Amino acid sequence: MAQETVTFEVRRYRPEREEQPVWERFEVPVREEWMVLDALNHIKDHVDGSLSYRWSCRMGVCGSCGMTVNGDPVLTCATYVAALPRDRPVRVEPLAAFPVVRDLVVDIRDFLAKLKQVKPWLIRREEKSPAEGEYLQTPEELADYKQYSMCINCLLCYAACPIVPLEPEFVGPAAIALAQRYNLDSRDQGAAERMAALSTEHGVWACTFVGDCSVVCPKHVDPAGAIQRYKVSATADWFRSVLMPWRGR
Amino acid sequence: MSEPARANPRYTPYHPRWHRRRMPIFWWLGRLSYTRFITRELTSLAVAYTALFLLAALCALAYGEADWEAFLARLRHPGWVAFHVGVFLFLLFHTVTWLGLAPKALVLKVGRRRLPDAAVVAGHYAAWAAASALVLAFFLWRTG
Amino acid sequence: MIRLPREPFFWALFSSGGMLAALVLPALAAILFFALPLGWLSADHGALLERFAHPLARLVVFGLVALCLFHWAHRFRYTLYDGLQLYHLSALIAVLCYGGATLATLGAAWFLVAFP
Repeated sequence: MAQETVTFEVRRYRPEREEQPVWERFEVPVREEWMVLDALNHIKDHVDGSLSYRWSCRMGVCGSCGMTVNGDPVLTCATYVAALPRDRPVRVEPLAAFPVVRDLVVDIRDFLAKLKQVKPWLIRREEKSPAEGEYLQTPEELADYKQYSMCINCLLCYAACPIVPLEPEFVGPAAIALAQRYNLDSRDQGAAERMAALSTEHGVWACTFVGDCSVVCPKHVDPAGAIQRYKVSATADWFRSVLMPWRGR
Repeated sequence: MSEPARANPRYTPYHPRWHRRRMPIFWWLGRLSYTRFITRELTSLAVAYTALFLLAALCALAYGEADWEAFLARLRHPGWVAFHVGVFLFLLFHTVTWLGLAPKALVLKVGRRRLPDAAVVAGHYAAWAAASALVLAFFLWRTG
Repeated sequence: MIRLPREPFFWALFSSGGMLAALVLPALAAILFFALPLGWLSADHGALLERFAHPLARLVVFGLVALCLFHWAHRFRYTLYDGLQLYHLSALIAVLCYGGATLATLGAAWFLVAFP
């Protein structure tokens, strides 16, 4: 089996050694079917064990291995090396829009706090007791929100969105898509509670519909669509509350 | 693996400084999708200009036939024509991008099934054709 | 309790203005910029004046101008805010954009009421 060598340029950042990140080149003997993650594992196993990065399932369902490859946010376990241009080194950098802890590892606690803000769980005014049976849902009701439930929190959408780094308090595409997953769930009664986090200047109204979030999403969640739909429903709710304040939610 | 040299004098052991990246001022030139986005946003200037131009045209109408003819004559100048071609292209870009994105915001269900995106877009283009016909009719319609 | 206009209100204006502009402006612009001056359509002063003087026509023109201006105001505000990263001027930009659109709309109303 012919193995060829591909040059990788990896953005290293070791705070104990340098103030600013630096590029480091690696020549990696790549197999035909390798993903970028396989190349990184090779580097860590055989060349420099200090290379730091996150990965887990290696099959595109855990959302751990998001990084910027040749300028685009991708899952490294789902990006074929063979599909990348060969005339220049493959550049691997940490995911954009997040602070870099070390090498390719970013701090995502900001996102986790924002996710908690939108209350991504079923909210009911009154819970049914187990004796009363399950909450029934038709296939159509499931289809209403299923797309938004596919999010794996890989944060590629945050890296693609220009508003996230420009406005650090922006809740962000994945959090809003997950809020919509619950808002549109027929079992949920918490849309009013989520409004406090969503219908604010740092919520959906900060979004200017660039649309890159939906382009990069590996699970086709379409967060941009979720956000635009929420804008429409939040606007309708606002007008209803102003024109007909006597009506309860 | 040998211990990496502690070359950074500002490093406090076990208190690393995280690297935070700033957005450059011309971030919208850095990616094609961002540049396309900013161009789309700048079409709002063409929209405002056209609205104000309509008022200016009505103003010229109100001041009498001589003023109106002078107004039209100035518009025939190649400089104005070229500028207006640019404005017109921006208006078309606004229309095409707006109608294309309509299905993202407008999710309609017919009975139990969701209307496909292509149908929503087609409906909007039909509306565009109808509206354009109405505008044209307004200018073509002869009284008596 | 008076609810001050908030983001949903301005977004509604932006959205309806954008839809109206998308549907109506290309044809209108083609006529005003090219067809009338270049003689592709009759630019008879008397006929056009009579047609635009009709109260319904003036009302439609007012609605179109108002919504287009508020569409511009909302969109341009965010373009300046994000495009040039002028966050420290956010209040000033909002006042200039929405205020400018309001003044222009009021001016249009005053002009159209007295038209011709």
